[in-house]
Amino acid sequence: MQTVLIFAELTIRETQRRKVLWVSLLLAVGFLTIFGVGLSLIFRELARLGAGVDDMDFGLGALFSAALYMVNFLVIVMALLISVTAVSGEIDSHTIEALVTKPVRRWEVILGKWLGFAAILTVYTVLLVGGVIVLYRWQTGFLVSNVLAGLGLMLMQGLLVLSLTMLGGTRLSTLANGVLAFMMVGIAFIGGWVEQIGSLLQSETAVNIGIVTSLIMPTEILWRQALALLQPRVTTAAFASGPFMVLSQPSDLMIGYAVVYTAVLLLLSLVAFSRRDL
Amino acid sequence: MTEFAINATGLRKQFGEKTAVANLTLQVKRGEIFGFLGPNGAGKTTSIKMLLGLTSPTAGSATLLGRPLGDRTARAKIGFLPEHFRFHEWLTAAEFLDFHGRLYQMPTVERRQIIPELLALVGLQERADTPLRAFSKGMLQRIGLAQALLNDPELIFLDEPTSGLDPLGRRLVRDIINQLRQRGTAVFLNSHLLSEVEQTCDRVTFIRQGDVLDTVSLHDTIAAVPVIVRVGQPTPQLLAELAAFGEGVRLGVGDGRIHLTLPHEAALPQLASWLVAQGHTLYELTPQSLTLEERFLQIVGDQSEG
Repeated sequence: MQTVLIFAELTIRETQRRKVLWVSLLLAVGFLTIFGVGLSLIFRELARLGAGVDDMDFGLGALFSAALYMVNFLVIVMALLISVTAVSGEIDSHTIEALVTKPVRRWEVILGKWLGFAAILTVYTVLLVGGVIVLYRWQTGFLVSNVLAGLGLMLMQGLLVLSLTMLGGTRLSTLANGVLAFMMVGIAFIGGWVEQIGSLLQSETAVNIGIVTSLIMPTEILWRQALALLQPRVTTAAFASGPFMVLSQPSDLMIGYAVVYTAVLLLLSLVAFSRRDL
Repeated sequence: MTEFAINATGLRKQFGEKTAVANLTLQVKRGEIFGFLGPNGAGKTTSIKMLLGLTSPTAGSATLLGRPLGDRTARAKIGFLPEHFRFHEWLTAAEFLDFHGRLYQMPTVERRQIIPELLALVGLQERADTPLRAFSKGMLQRIGLAQALLNDPELIFLDEPTSGLDPLGRRLVRDIINQLRQRGTAVFLNSHLLSEVEQTCDRVTFIRQGDVLDTVSLHDTIAAVPVIVRVGQPTPQLLAELAAFGEGVRLGVGDGRIHLTLPHEAALPQLASWLVAQGHTLYELTPQSLTLEERFLQIVGDQSEG
């Protein structure tokens, strides 16, 4: 366990030294500033026009959901970018050879790195999601419920992508690994939309396609559930909150599946790395 | 405690159709400085990787310090300087050694004591706080060497330790190997620089296509000695009689000298007195000590590319 923590610490220090941490945190503050200013302007404008609750909901809800959607995308990108070279890069550069010949178990190296990245992702997600929610509450006075659950789901999505790139890194080149993870997220995204619109049109086949893609890559269901929980008011009409709507909420079973899926990916990456020739 | 630092039997590595290492059988005694030689592509790197547990062998077995391959308690007593020493370049020299010391589970007190010592040993005491990215190839090799010495190893693998070093650096490596010899550390040295191997190693093994061709001792007096003999009358009868002294008796074409290989150095005076006693006029009796390079070419053959 001690070795795991040494690698977690090394991983965090590396993102810090390579200035990844500071650049991302600085830009996160920039992102939140623009969101906060925009929100404040729109809210005051709507109030001046004497907008009703529905219009308020449409304007503010859309901006809130858009912000969350972008945060969600940033968490995925962050998870991918920080971890994509972590294993394959060290294999290519032979850095790994001096590490795994020490009295350590190979899986400890991977788990340690995973934990380090997970810690960074947690800070990043909490800052961005928390920032969006706090700014929204502060500027509009509207309550956001299910904060912890929503935050947890968005973080979970980051951890899922992280586990996928860690696994990919044990077998694929850095570039192939990055492409794989991005494409998987893309497939989940489009599958989710097929399911959403399918459910609106009551097309069973379309819904089934969505379910199958969610089984292959359950990122989108985590995002949809997070959005369903966090959206300030559940809009009844489709597209009332712009394109970021939740028409069919994922089942708890699917969420459980996504959690197990992440754990399995992580476990597989530990096994795959322990077995490969370096 | 076993007698051998390394004891490998029939190690084999197959990558699909390609055989990287066919049959690696070798023993390295504790405290021995052992040279590992062979042409490029002979399977040296794969052999080292198998011994260090980086790559699993297709067949065969080996023990390091009496423990099976990949054993963690053995690894705690092994040092390794990889050929492609690329380390986390964003760490400073001292941080780098501290990190690797932690991987050896060395207590903080011990690390604080040994790291400045090692930095001084490899001549980098002034660079403790310099990030590795600012290091030259030679400096990286030095810090890599310090890393391999952190745990006061019983067995150390040095894979091309002098490839990036200037003459001073090479001398440093030689001095360190001599210190290791005094401490009783076994050294497994893979190097292309044969003169260096010749100066430091006790024994060398030659491999080609993943097969051990020969293992020779470098300061053994019982090693075979090729000699050249020039007598007044190199008769066929003399040639036949000389077969009792050594192998490969032949008359050199054109020079009239007799070439043969004596089993050991002690046979030289015996041969001289016999020749005189038999009434031969002895003009020349020259032992030919082969340089390692000559032996390398003789054993490995010079047809290999690269």
